[in-house]
Amino acid sequence: MTARDLAELAARNLREAILRNSLTTLGVAVGVASLVAMLSLGVGLQALASDRLTKSGLFDAVFVTSRRDFRGPGGDGPPRKSSAPPEKFKPLDEDARQQFAALPNVVDVYPQIRFLTDVRYQGNSHSTNVLGVPESSRSASAFDAITGKYFSSPAAEEAILQQDFAKELSPQPASLVGKEITLRYAERRALSSDEIAKEKDIDAQLDAMMTGGISIVSREKKLRIAGVIESDPSAGFGGGRVFLPIRVAEQLHAAQANDVQDFVRGGGFGKPTYAALTIRVKNPKNVLQIEDAIKKLGFNAFSLLDASKTLRQVFIVFDMFLGLFASLALTVASLGIVNTLLMAILERRREIGVLKSLGATDGDVRSLFFAEAGAMGLFGGIFGVALGWLIGQALTWGTTIYLRRQDLPGVKISYVPWWLAASAIAFAVAVSLVAGLYPAGRAARLNPVDALRYE
Amino acid sequence: MPTQTLTNTLIGAEKVSRQYQLGEAIIHAVNEVSLEVRAGEFLALLGSSGSGKSTLLNLLAGLDRPTSGAIHVEGRDLAALDANELARYRRDTVGMVFQTFNLLPRMTLEENVELPLRLAEVDRAERSARVAEALERVRLGARRQHRPSELSGGEQQRGALARALVNRPRILFADEPTGNLDSVTGEQILLLLREIQDSLGMTIIMVTHERPLAERFANRIAVLSDGRLVDQFALSTGAVV
Repeated sequence: MTARDLAELAARNLREAILRNSLTTLGVAVGVASLVAMLSLGVGLQALASDRLTKSGLFDAVFVTSRRDFRGPGGDGPPRKSSAPPEKFKPLDEDARQQFAALPNVVDVYPQIRFLTDVRYQGNSHSTNVLGVPESSRSASAFDAITGKYFSSPAAEEAILQQDFAKELSPQPASLVGKEITLRYAERRALSSDEIAKEKDIDAQLDAMMTGGISIVSREKKLRIAGVIESDPSAGFGGGRVFLPIRVAEQLHAAQANDVQDFVRGGGFGKPTYAALTIRVKNPKNVLQIEDAIKKLGFNAFSLLDASKTLRQVFIVFDMFLGLFASLALTVASLGIVNTLLMAILERRREIGVLKSLGATDGDVRSLFFAEAGAMGLFGGIFGVALGWLIGQALTWGTTIYLRRQDLPGVKISYVPWWLAASAIAFAVAVSLVAGLYPAGRAARLNPVDALRYE
Repeated sequence: MPTQTLTNTLIGAEKVSRQYQLGEAIIHAVNEVSLEVRAGEFLALLGSSGSGKSTLLNLLAGLDRPTSGAIHVEGRDLAALDANELARYRRDTVGMVFQTFNLLPRMTLEENVELPLRLAEVDRAERSARVAEALERVRLGARRQHRPSELSGGEQQRGALARALVNRPRILFADEPTGNLDSVTGEQILLLLREIQDSLGMTIIMVTHERPLAERFANRIAVLSDGRLVDQFALSTGAVV
């Protein structure tokens, strides 16, 4: 029989027992829908996470620390293995920064500037962290949903507040835009021996010498609030609640945590060093190459590309589990197909006998039942993908409503890419064909004489 | 084989037996039957219920395989054919009509008649002409869109006959074709069979338990009893038409 004749006969047979076949197909559809809904959730969440991470600017960045400081930005990890001799400690200073900036494919090199301050607003004092953000963060997703504006220029004396912090200052964060705040911070100043000598108070001279030539001076800086954002642009990496243009932050020379480290290690004399430098590269593809170059220069380099690989693995396992559970529904549905087809064989026993007496081969009969199983799988698959997509939309809708109530931006948690839709349909057809294997074989093996005798 | 050497021998059955296991007992439905059918003849297999005539018909038509013995059709040994070849034999060489007509109830008459053409993968463009021709031959051209339930018994049997003829077989097997029809309609069917035999040169083998009908329409009668061939004789009939 030709494929077209087979399809016509199968369609006719399916139409004849329309209710039963529809119910079976619906069963397949529900199975596929649960599969698609679950996997779309997995894919959606993964896309969401990747998108957030990509926009966070963490994937086109290499983080550099001095070899002396064994702790990378990741925390108290074990010392990194290095090819360079361990005694060669290069300070992460201005020279190093220039060196990095000269590397190919490097867009920007900036230090991590984060310090504690007191923010004064309307006579009240609020203690918080300040973070310098580079100009390249302008495109970060966190600034998409800004109330107000991004810094007017890379050196503007402006601040952007994180929403929670803004709420501490005023119950209506939006009203803060354009207002002025005062930062009180500790300025780190390296003292020359001349300056120490000029100090009139001998005790102060002694202090200055004892502390290795650093003086910490309390300073104030007035800044205009440019905007308020909901989330942290550094995606929790570094962390801060008041954001300043990095150039402005650098000019403040605020004392940072590593100053104390420098001091303890006796490196306080001479040029200031950076706790960490972030190198922004043109393309995430360049990250490994830059990482290698930095390591050869004798510094620790770290990128989140490794972290993203782990994330992808986690999601694959997550998707597999979701898929496994959802497949159970499809398995139950496939049993429905077996049942429906076995019923059909009983009902159409005589018809099978007639077909065989007219010259249908076992293969013809088998193909006919296969085609019916496949069609139920196909329609169930298509309907199921649509249903699964709807469930995903409903989940997104529900989550968005919930998040909005929590004053959080809505997110698209479910996503059905074309490959998921196509493979779900293909999977449904495949499962249905497997389900049709036994009934079709049984129909094909029917003895025509017995089948014709059957009433 | 003597049956093969004879000219005009279309079907030769040699010591054909078919046994069934029914619980402990073995039923000898057909017991060492040897039979020859010549091309173009109308043979009636006559016997009472349970005589094995239908079983023999099924064996000759390739619906069933003998337990022992050989059946040669057009020189081919049916026992040597595999399942697919046997199906092709049923499709291309043989046409069958049954007592219960066996038209598929959900299809129109036209669609029923088209079924063998679908199985034979006949070109679509050719099909409607072939269907129309077969239906005209049994004078059902006007009923092509009707479903079997909308047709009388005689019409259904004529429809079944059209379906059996549409693939232009050389042998027509009819299993009690008048069994479910009144005598007048039954006679019409047999007249039609004779007409087809004459106009197409078709070989017809019919199973019946009605001796008078067999004697009126067949060229030859083979009598079966308890699975054995007990008598066979030629008739000078044929002028009844």
